[in-house]
Amino acid sequence: MRGIKKTFIALTVVGLALTGCSGDSSGEDSQTLLIAYKKADPVLESLMEDTKEQFEAANEGITVELSPIEGNDDDYATKLALSQRSPDTAPDVFVEDSFKLRADVDAGYVLALDEYLADWEDWDAFNETAKEAGTGDDGGIYAVPLEADTRVIWYNRNVLGAAGIELPWQPENWDDLLEMARTVKAANPDVVPFSMYAGTMQSFYELLYGTEDGALYDEDEQKWVVGSQGFIDSLDFLKTIYDEGLAVTPAQALDPNIWQEIVGDMLPQDRMGATVEGSYAPQFWQEGADYEWPEYGEVMATSPFPTQNGQEPGAVSMSGGWTLAVGAGSENPELAVDFVKMAMNFDNSLAYTVDASKIAVRNDVAETSEYQDMNPFAGEVTEVLEVSRYRPATADFAEIDTAVLTATQEVVAGGKSPEEAAADYDEALKRIVGEDNVIEK
Amino acid sequence: MRLRQTVRLLPLLPAVALLLVFLGGPILWAFYGSFTDAGLTGASARNPEWIGLDNYATLLTDPQFPHSLWLTFLFVLGSAVIGQNCLGLALALVMQRANRVVAAIVGTCVVAAWVLPEIVAAFIAYAFFFRDGMLNQLTGLAGLPVVDWLYEYPMLALVFANIWRGTAFSMMNYQAALNDVPPEITESATIDGAGGIQRLRFITLPMIKSSIATNLMLITLLTLGTFTLIYVVTSGGPLNASTTLPIMAYEQAFQYGDIGYGTAIAVVMLLIGAVFSIAYIRMLRERKD
Repeated sequence: MRGIKKTFIALTVVGLALTGCSGDSSGEDSQTLLIAYKKADPVLESLMEDTKEQFEAANEGITVELSPIEGNDDDYATKLALSQRSPDTAPDVFVEDSFKLRADVDAGYVLALDEYLADWEDWDAFNETAKEAGTGDDGGIYAVPLEADTRVIWYNRNVLGAAGIELPWQPENWDDLLEMARTVKAANPDVVPFSMYAGTMQSFYELLYGTEDGALYDEDEQKWVVGSQGFIDSLDFLKTIYDEGLAVTPAQALDPNIWQEIVGDMLPQDRMGATVEGSYAPQFWQEGADYEWPEYGEVMATSPFPTQNGQEPGAVSMSGGWTLAVGAGSENPELAVDFVKMAMNFDNSLAYTVDASKIAVRNDVAETSEYQDMNPFAGEVTEVLEVSRYRPATADFAEIDTAVLTATQEVVAGGKSPEEAAADYDEALKRIVGEDNVIEK
Repeated sequence: MRLRQTVRLLPLLPAVALLLVFLGGPILWAFYGSFTDAGLTGASARNPEWIGLDNYATLLTDPQFPHSLWLTFLFVLGSAVIGQNCLGLALALVMQRANRVVAAIVGTCVVAAWVLPEIVAAFIAYAFFFRDGMLNQLTGLAGLPVVDWLYEYPMLALVFANIWRGTAFSMMNYQAALNDVPPEITESATIDGAGGIQRLRFITLPMIKSSIATNLMLITLLTLGTFTLIYVVTSGGPLNASTTLPIMAYEQAFQYGDIGYGTAIAVVMLLIGAVFSIAYIRMLRERKD
């Protein structure tokens, strides 16, 4: 109970702090915009500070008040949600995880932006896939994407080359992945040939969304999918690579810190053939980064993750990322949207995207040479955005995501068969969303 | 007379009011919240509805609940009631007779773990037990095979970590209690021919019974609510193998945003704590009669 009590105290303090921050400015003086964002990220912070300066210069008499919130992603979401409960503390503009957006739309915290964006020329410059991040269940636009990421296979050319794999390696279906892994394993039993996490974003969803009927959620019917063969096949693939010792050990797979060992030791030391990682992987290896590795540009290479049998569109990727949203209770929605537009104009977006090594959400930014040259892989990982998918992040999704994670872990380390784990997932899903909201595939 | 008594109670009012607001308030709010579908976000965030006992009904059918209840029981029994309590008593007894220098060194080591902030202690425990951690490096030197503690025996590792962290509290309690045992009684028992074990059983333990009950109550309540240690070392994993009730409540309330359900779990923990407290308090009363 001490932990819970601590959390309560922490929340109360945060609540008080937020009230204190905004209490003296909002309310009577309606010419103030309150902006909430996560403090941990210096690049985001400078974007907000720059935009504040530009906005105040362009709009006389208007004060922009920045309210950075400290903490990790979960803390930020909690504190943001709490501040949105009261009109006194609710921010006018906030940085929103695309993963949480639909839940906050359901809660009535987020302003629909369609009419405000209709006359914004720049909106056409935004990438169509990236726009999905800000789209609600009803198809309306609720947020402007700030950045995106994609997921591809990162492979070590030294390891694959030593095993006689032809480079550049271009897998076209799942069998190609297994063939490469088995070849590398035969050539050098000491390396981990092809690892995928016992997780969701970096592994299971890449597999699931590349199967014939693979999806978690049927957008047309607005129902969750149960009994899908693609779900079982995806689990089966994970089971194969773990059972055959092609991946890391099951114990390592369940360690939440294993990614550090993979990007920090295994790949740089030629002890791993390939893995699935985010487009932001160069951030780990760039100059001054935690796992600085000057040769990463020559040693590493990428390939899109193939679909199960090589069927259209040939490759698959998952995307996530932050967005900018406007509070439903904002007294100055017009001004708030203007702030969002200014923050995401060409110059600001370019500076932010390049500094943060993210995938550009604006096509005109993606075409600039600054962006293309920010790291050796910028072009390749951006192209994948075409085939990338966003998670169906409804209000229940955090819990469903955990149910999927449990299924993968049960198969990788819990000794369950893919059929059993899929059946357990179906049960858990029905419990979370209700029998009426599922559809048999 | 009555008036004077009332006036004398007046200065207490602010303190009572503060206690009610900051201690009673959250408990009442938790009770209320557990009967609603309050959410952090989602459709029920703005206007939570009264759903009666639904959260508790869900809890009873949730396969995770009996599992978490059992793990919490194991954790409290293993690390507090048996581990900290018995080890604390043993240390206090041994240190009474030990050489002063040895006693000081041992005491400092034990108390150091208690003085550390919980988050630091948790990181140390993680660094000690994890796959390439200190424990495996030490056993490796002795030629023993590597055991992945946090993966194969997460609860055992957590129980040991909590014993390490919390024993100092019991030890200090018992040291104070043992100092109150008059040496004459023990001496006369020795003269009557009682051995060490007999003296402990018939003289020392009965004389510190109330300290034992108080100590048990305090460490049970402390251990029941342990969150940081477990969250940092295993996060409730692998595969929920160490998801005790506090971790489960946190997951539901803050990761899934289901505040109502999370508070229902917290209320159940509160009730378990209350039952234990009442049991120990009755034990104390019987002793006094």
